[in-house]
Amino acid sequence: MSTPDPARTRPPSRLAEQLVRALCLTAVILPVLLLVGLIVDVTGQASERLSWDFITSFPSRHPDEAGILPGIVGSFWLIAMTGTVALPVGVGAAIYLEEYGGRGRLANLIEVNLANLAGVPSIIYGLLGLELFVRALGMGRSLAAGALAMALLVLPIVIMSSREALRTVPRTLREAGMALGATRWQVIRQVVLPMAMPGILTGAILAIARAIGEAAPLIILGAITYVGFLPDGPGSPFTVLPIQIFNWVSRPQPGFVVDAAAGIVVLLVTLLVLSGAAIYLRHRFERLREG
Amino acid sequence: MVDPSRSSLIRARTTTGERLTERLLLACGLLSVLTTAAIVGVLLLETLEFFSEVSLAQFFGDTQWTPLFADKHFGIWPLVAGTLLTSAIAIAVALPFGLLAAVYLAEFARPGVRRVLKPTLELLAGVPTIVYGYFALVALTPLLQRLIPELAGFNALSPGLAMGIMIIPMISSLSEDAIHAVPRTLREAAYALGASRLQTIFRIVLPTAMSGIAASVVLAVSRAVGETMIVAIAAGQQPRLTADPRVPVETMTAYIVQVGLGDTPTGTLEYRTIFAVGAALFLMTFVINLASQRLARRFRGAYG
Repeated sequence: MSTPDPARTRPPSRLAEQLVRALCLTAVILPVLLLVGLIVDVTGQASERLSWDFITSFPSRHPDEAGILPGIVGSFWLIAMTGTVALPVGVGAAIYLEEYGGRGRLANLIEVNLANLAGVPSIIYGLLGLELFVRALGMGRSLAAGALAMALLVLPIVIMSSREALRTVPRTLREAGMALGATRWQVIRQVVLPMAMPGILTGAILAIARAIGEAAPLIILGAITYVGFLPDGPGSPFTVLPIQIFNWVSRPQPGFVVDAAAGIVVLLVTLLVLSGAAIYLRHRFERLREG
Repeated sequence: MVDPSRSSLIRARTTTGERLTERLLLACGLLSVLTTAAIVGVLLLETLEFFSEVSLAQFFGDTQWTPLFADKHFGIWPLVAGTLLTSAIAIAVALPFGLLAAVYLAEFARPGVRRVLKPTLELLAGVPTIVYGYFALVALTPLLQRLIPELAGFNALSPGLAMGIMIIPMISSLSEDAIHAVPRTLREAAYALGASRLQTIFRIVLPTAMSGIAASVVLAVSRAVGETMIVAIAAGQQPRLTADPRVPVETMTAYIVQVGLGDTPTGTLEYRTIFAVGAALFLMTFVINLASQRLARRFRGAYG
């Protein structure tokens, strides 16, 4: 590192600073504008297809009759089952690491492992699900197999966000609980968890948002791309929103590109509703906590 | 919050229950370790089966990848080349944008502006990858074809660019954290020596934060290498040992998707190829992630 010598390097002018500042601002604004442009473009493309019919119909060979109902129903089944598995396990693991683990060897092992697991490409979870759930455990190409693979995929996200939420609870509250004679678990259940709940829920919704947009692992473990029925239980074959969109976008006929655009709008609106729910829940819990 | 009259708080400690709870929570934590073990186990098992039929020399020596054709070749390099090419294009976009955005957010933006801009920029990473794939195929490629007439309908360029936009927030957020962590005293020392704001940023702050910034970039590389849907949609399905961004290529992830979409019977050699490719992909991202963690640790060690 060279220390600037004021005698030799004249300080750049105010103008240069303004220019660099403008350049850096552009680097923030331009990608955001691109995203806005993309969303406007997709919505424009989708407008001729978006209708109640599109949402309540099955896919079809004719692009202008195709609908996305099986994708919507499949996605909701999938995230409901994924959440049911991933949330309790993830929060449980977070509680162990934050409240019990300390600096023990086991806690350390879990810690290192989590850091690596978070970086594993999602498609690898598809290979895991295919071999473990679909084949070895004999679940077949079902919702249950997809949901379990997805639960493993989002587990690191749930654990990390829950840990952060637990860390925001002041130590003094735990100590106060203990001083009143409560056991460790009583303190966690009645003091720490209620306090950390908004953070945990926000993380949970983030994880679900991730799961709802994820297609790659489900393609690998056998979600189908053309479904003429609705899933009726965990053992049922299924498709999800992003896979239905993928199917449309990979077809050569231009009509299906319009269907894909309409599907993307449905997917983005779903994500928007989820994020809205996260913000609402957060506020509600924060009010409860203060009140 | 805590109602003191709740009898359970006053009840005597149930030690066995307490211990059972702790065990249960530990089991939750260990599930993540089991997941890693299962991933490694599954990949290893199928890959060993694969290499009982295909030699290592073929895998690393051949320059063609055609396991689904009658004339089978099992050289991994075309898939690796496709992966590295799209990732390199992505980083070429994400690095300048991400770094400049980080400098803006950390050094120039007022706190109020930063509070709005940062989450807005992070939205880019929250958009499902399928949307970027659509964007690359339906919007970017036709647009670029007007500038580069020889650009094929499927190519490495558009998915690379789309992927680059997606990982900008990854670089900007982590780099901003690194820039923030540079001690105030260093900045003040630079100013005291008569350095201007720009000199302080580019000669003192950024070099100091370099290992932290490098960690964020390396992490972004890992993300690009493992990204699937964008390349599966817009890059094509033609494994090709090339550095030409205008022609169709196939990445490792896109190949796995291609086989996943077809009805390849389990237990066949074609079926095992996706595990061999998956194992190679897993190893690549694992090494890249380790490098990123090393860099991050070095940075934290110095200024954390």
